[in-house]
Amino acid sequence: MSRLEDYREIAPKGTIDFLLNLAKNVEGKKILHINSTRLGGGVAEILRSLIPLMQDVGLEARWEVISGNEEFFATTKAFHNALQGQEQRFTSTMLRTYQEVNKENAQRLSLVADYVIIHDPQPAPLIEYRPSEGKWIWRCHIDISRPQWKIWRFLRQYVMKYDGVIFSLPKFSQRLPIPQFLIYPSIDPLSEKNRELSAQEQDQILRRLHIPLDKPILLQVSRFDRFKDPLGVIRAYRLLKKHHDVTLVLAGGGATDDPEGETVLAEVREAARDDPDIHILLLPPDANLEINALQRAATIVLQKSLREGFGLTVAEAMWKGKPVIGGFTGGITVQLVYGVTGFTVNCAEGAAFRMHYLLDNPEIMAKMGEDAREFVRRNFLITRHLGDYLALFNFLNKI
Amino acid sequence: MPVPKVQRKKMASNPFHFVGCWELREMLGRSARDEEQLMEAIEEVSLDSIYYHTQSFFLRHKYIAGPYPNDFATWAAIQVRDRVLGEKLGVLDPYDFENLESLRSEIVSIIEEHLSQLTFVPRVTYGEPFYFMQSRIIAVPTGLQARTLTEFREILATVDISAIYYHIFEARLRLGKRQDDFSRWVEEQLNLPDLAAKIAKLDFYMTSLETIRHRLIKLCDEVLEGKNSK
Repeated sequence: MSRLEDYREIAPKGTIDFLLNLAKNVEGKKILHINSTRLGGGVAEILRSLIPLMQDVGLEARWEVISGNEEFFATTKAFHNALQGQEQRFTSTMLRTYQEVNKENAQRLSLVADYVIIHDPQPAPLIEYRPSEGKWIWRCHIDISRPQWKIWRFLRQYVMKYDGVIFSLPKFSQRLPIPQFLIYPSIDPLSEKNRELSAQEQDQILRRLHIPLDKPILLQVSRFDRFKDPLGVIRAYRLLKKHHDVTLVLAGGGATDDPEGETVLAEVREAARDDPDIHILLLPPDANLEINALQRAATIVLQKSLREGFGLTVAEAMWKGKPVIGGFTGGITVQLVYGVTGFTVNCAEGAAFRMHYLLDNPEIMAKMGEDAREFVRRNFLITRHLGDYLALFNFLNKI
Repeated sequence: MPVPKVQRKKMASNPFHFVGCWELREMLGRSARDEEQLMEAIEEVSLDSIYYHTQSFFLRHKYIAGPYPNDFATWAAIQVRDRVLGEKLGVLDPYDFENLESLRSEIVSIIEEHLSQLTFVPRVTYGEPFYFMQSRIIAVPTGLQARTLTEFREILATVDISAIYYHIFEARLRLGKRQDDFSRWVEEQLNLPDLAAKIAKLDFYMTSLETIRHRLIKLCDEVLEGKNSK
């Protein structure tokens, strides 16, 4: 577990002392984060890093997880999809289960705190059981720019009872009578996925994954999902291959329990057939060191998504000083300042053109990687995330 | 004429307290897809929103400057692809205005005049809508204070960059002072009017906070090394 002091040499100069000063007004306040899983997923990853740092600056921070049955999680998964714009059907039984499970959790958990942060839709109805003291914030990590309106209207009745909401991008904001704050997610530079690796560690991992190092490596790390456009990546690679001899690595997981994922994976395998320079890796969800090594070995990292919530894999690669070419969508556009910290593109041809340009101009690639790392240092590290929360608590303390 | 040594070492009776800040960003849930909607919203949103889109830009782009130093100009040029309006709005310097209300009024006038010369309303086709935001600036005392020009210069070199923002931009427009905090203190407490005038004359708007820091340090060094007039 990393301590705040460990970030002193990593965060921008003066940040740690600044955070300690920012925390003074809210020192000793009780902070409660509630989400629906302790393992797996971006929210748990952030909370695992954030809670100890909040404790380090003098907050009494704790993290609780709601429990639920299979039906509850099937319902909340449908919520998730519907809020991200997919058409879903909901029965009254599903909605009742959602409410009942939250009621049971409210009885089981202590909800007393000065600031309560409820993450995502699963525990949102806990607001019905808020004690008389404390400010409650709903933190939405998903893209609700085009929600299925019926389910948003249902969820909105809970959201409106909060003292404020946090979204990851301005386009996710909604018409609400409560304050809406913008807080970007973040990466932890000291986590297994992002920490420095020795050359020996990196070599061992890459050997184990059978990744050859004799050619420049193009890498995309993502689920085998149509929204991540792996076929578009292969098309871009083929266009580039006429000019540069490169290796393409498509690394991801999550296909086994997802019927569509399996179909996409089969399509990707079919498209890659007979090409020894395309490597498809199926990684388990906890393959953090493997992703770290792959990103560090890559020459160019791609995130050619067609739709994306925030896309923190972009920041992970940028932090490792890599030039990133990403799809012009969601949070990728916030991370990639066009031509400075990376390139956003709109089609496979655009990706091929930018890869070609970068490989022909290694000095630009190096400068872009440097600028990308500095941009992440300022904007997407966990220390900035902590600062945003402290600023929010300071603000709520005054109103 | 060089500043006498005794004046360069003058001890201020009231020290300069360095205050940093953190910007909490608030979304208004309002967006614009064309330039008319943009203009109407600019007329109606809070002054904190005008401030966000024209000033606090510096807090968010520490290393990398956007094409224009305000979000309205950047949006028109990049998202709408109306480079004419982008250039017209981009040239605005908020410090030419008495307050945020008069700045708002000028922005609206520029867009209105621009639209009056067109037969259609330029809108976003491929780009992103404009999302209105507002700033909540949280002031954070750094605990650092200077009583002499030497101390002032030393702290300037190392203080969190947000303190440069707070004492220049936040002080001048949002807090309603017509002068930045640095030049005022140098003049009132160290009795160095020439240095104060040079600080006040720095063109803050077209550069980055780190560049401003370097320019301030250079001006202090000139006085401390006895190269400059008072």
